[in-house]
Amino acid sequence: MILRRALALHAQPRALGMLLIAAILSLPVVVVLSFVFHPAGDVWRHLSATVLPLYVRNSALLMVGVAAGTLALGVTTAWLTTMCTFPGRKLFEWALLLPLAIPAYIIAYTYTGMLDFAGPAQTFLRHLFGWSRGDYWFPEIRSLGGAMVMLSLVLYPYVYLLARSAFLEQSPYAIDVSRTLGCGTWSSFFRVSLPAARPAIIAGLSLALMETLADFGTVQYFGVPTFTTGIFRTWFGLGDSGAAAQLAVVLLAFIFFVFAAERWSRKRASFHHVGNRSRPLGTYVLSPGRAWVAFSACALTLAVGFVVPVIQLSIWAVQTAGEMMEAGFFELLTHTLALAAATAVISVLLALYLAYGRRAHATLPVRFAVRLAGMGYAVPGIVIAVGVMLPLAWLDDVLDAWTRSQFGFSTGLILSGTLVALMLAYQVRFLAVSLQTVESGLAKITPVIDEAGRSLGCRVSELVRRVHVPMLRGSLLTASLLVFVDVMKELPATLVLRPFDFNTLAVRAYELATDERLEDASTAALSIVAAGLVPVILLSLSIARSRYRETLEVPYAPLPQAVGQQT
Amino acid sequence: MQRLVTVALTLLTLVLGPIARGDSVVNVYSARKEALIKPLLDKFSAQTGTETRLVTAKAGPLLERLRREGRNSPADLFITVDAGRLHQAKAAGLLQPVESAALEAAVPVGYRDPQGVWFGLSLRARPIMYATDRVNPDQLSSYLDLADPKWRGRICIRSSSNIYNQSLVASMIAAHGQDATLEWMKGLVENFARNPAGGDRDQIRAAAAGECDIAIANTYYLARMRNAEPGSADHEAAKAVAVFWPNQDGRGAHVNVSGAGVTNAAPNRDNAIRLLEFLVTDEAQAWYARVNNEYPVKQDVPWSSAVQEMGRFKADGLTLAVLGSNNAQAVKLMDQAGWR
Repeated sequence: MILRRALALHAQPRALGMLLIAAILSLPVVVVLSFVFHPAGDVWRHLSATVLPLYVRNSALLMVGVAAGTLALGVTTAWLTTMCTFPGRKLFEWALLLPLAIPAYIIAYTYTGMLDFAGPAQTFLRHLFGWSRGDYWFPEIRSLGGAMVMLSLVLYPYVYLLARSAFLEQSPYAIDVSRTLGCGTWSSFFRVSLPAARPAIIAGLSLALMETLADFGTVQYFGVPTFTTGIFRTWFGLGDSGAAAQLAVVLLAFIFFVFAAERWSRKRASFHHVGNRSRPLGTYVLSPGRAWVAFSACALTLAVGFVVPVIQLSIWAVQTAGEMMEAGFFELLTHTLALAAATAVISVLLALYLAYGRRAHATLPVRFAVRLAGMGYAVPGIVIAVGVMLPLAWLDDVLDAWTRSQFGFSTGLILSGTLVALMLAYQVRFLAVSLQTVESGLAKITPVIDEAGRSLGCRVSELVRRVHVPMLRGSLLTASLLVFVDVMKELPATLVLRPFDFNTLAVRAYELATDERLEDASTAALSIVAAGLVPVILLSLSIARSRYRETLEVPYAPLPQAVGQQT
Repeated sequence: MQRLVTVALTLLTLVLGPIARGDSVVNVYSARKEALIKPLLDKFSAQTGTETRLVTAKAGPLLERLRREGRNSPADLFITVDAGRLHQAKAAGLLQPVESAALEAAVPVGYRDPQGVWFGLSLRARPIMYATDRVNPDQLSSYLDLADPKWRGRICIRSSSNIYNQSLVASMIAAHGQDATLEWMKGLVENFARNPAGGDRDQIRAAAAGECDIAIANTYYLARMRNAEPGSADHEAAKAVAVFWPNQDGRGAHVNVSGAGVTNAAPNRDNAIRLLEFLVTDEAQAWYARVNNEYPVKQDVPWSSAVQEMGRFKADGLTLAVLGSNNAQAVKLMDQAGWR
């Protein structure tokens, strides 16, 4: 009986493989969560009596603020650059992605240097008007509100990116139809375009929010206690891993709640486009006044999120670059790029495997496994780092004991303390990014398309080559570039898991910045930005290209059935 | 088959393993940042021919890594910037005692572990700094006095997550007991000019700019600002602020050490001890003083001129291991006092 059941599992080798991958990728998080069962002593009582309400409040408000900020910036700019014609649109299309390349803590440090009480902006105002402290109001940058703004500025591109591709994929007919049915420009936006783009916007938002919850550098510097800083403090200050794990559980419950709420609100609505566009997406040609407003909205977003901080960093870098570009700098750069590229490729392959698997058998365990594998994105890097250390060190120890007894030599640590540990941590942390992107790409390839292809006599391999690959190419590129940029910025896990003498740009920038040597950190920080520019520009170009090519290649079909039917 | 496995594993070890064992290697886990330790390691390598390998990270996670790696850990030496962490490492059984005449001669008894498990390498002091145009130093006396209502809304200090503040509070607990420390902190928090945020330099800048009148910060941050380019904002800010040494009639100003200990599993124990001994030579001690403006632990090594200008002072004679044993208590009390 048992044997037969085991054999039955072989009948679904892919389901088994998926479960295995999900198990490996969720192991680090599960390991840490299992600390919940450590006796937590009276620390938990202490936390709930003192700081826990503050953690909950700040984390919740931060999420709300960043959600509002990223939606406002991301959706607005995506809509404008996709659907409207105004001067500079071509530039904004790709440039609006640039803030993605700036690590959140770097933009936080940079703006603080400019805007805090002792910074040039306020000092100038005081000199100009003869004010002193208390005579005037100026927003405090190092505050919860400041953290919301900083995180929104660097995270809105997730929403922008996904919203924009969703808008691009929308059929112009849907909008035409809505117009003939009496919708104005605005109501056609709110009643047709926005609901149809909702899954993509939510996917982008969820990435931004997960990154927000996992952020350590910004909130730490701004003195805003959140779950992430609380976990760090409880673990390494109070020395209580059990209570820290309990905090992590609450954090995950938070995320679960948010997504459950979203899913519930969406209920069973499904959003299939029939992806045909026999003519390019119509754009609104804006009147000069409106064009000016559109231009300003995009320009301001770009200026605040990218141009200003980069100029400030450049000013600092000019002063210190000579010193900071010493011999090791090239190695630093190659390490960072190689690590990010390798991680991106592996991550996309894993995402493809999982996404296709889920498409083929969407059974409950498989769906659960896919969710589980993507869970790590919201977990602070340091929690993942410790979660990776534990099983790898154990495995190393077992292997080492075995070779010692069997062969009389010691393998030492061949998994932990090497790049293996680091790569595993990255997969755990960033799989959600590639998975979300690949899944949303795959969603475009409706089962109807497969069936049509098969009925026209395509073999599976042909179907993949002629239909899936061209249709997925954009998503795959997006996924790998997002992971690439994320890895370049990653800090806490890289810091503690890396092998000897293995530095990355983020490590260098962070060490100098936390040592309050912002000027010295600027060269490394700018290099991260510069290295991030290449993929970001590639990405933007590919999106822009897809808009025109696909419109020509996809053959004519009758009117689309529905766009975003709500049930 | 066995041979095949052996060969495969050996290859794997060679390819993946951090080649930790060897005659002339020493592996360092450092919570001290690369810029402030690598140059010394390079000097050591140049002098002895011993290769040094380095990983830097925050102390807590690094200790966790050491703990998880257990007997297989490649690390030989653990370096950190706070006595509390050194004590935690010792308490967790991650370090081993070392006997070395050179170390014992160079490091005063108060700045090393009684069993020789860790040794202080440099000293840092955390005095009161005040804006000279707004504060009369005669009004200042001790850390305890900072809770006095006369300082309402006038004090800048960074967050309680910072280990230097945690150690300061740990020393207060040792001197005054828990209850008095909690009361003191409640008063101190009342006196904050703003929610704690930023680093030590930010507190000094805020005091200079008038956001507050008093900042609490480590001296080397002020020294670095004074050494900044003349005319720069930091240089100007540093000129507006002076150091007041608190508790000079009593136990003395709060001090802490950066220090190091040889790990329990050290595969290159002798090299690690040699490196430790190198770090307390006059040359290395003078480097700490000159480059980072810390106080050398070794008595006769000169201070940097920026630090000399801040004056001699009486340091708290507290056994520094107490900073570690009181750390968790300090964090809890800070939570209770509402020190963010």
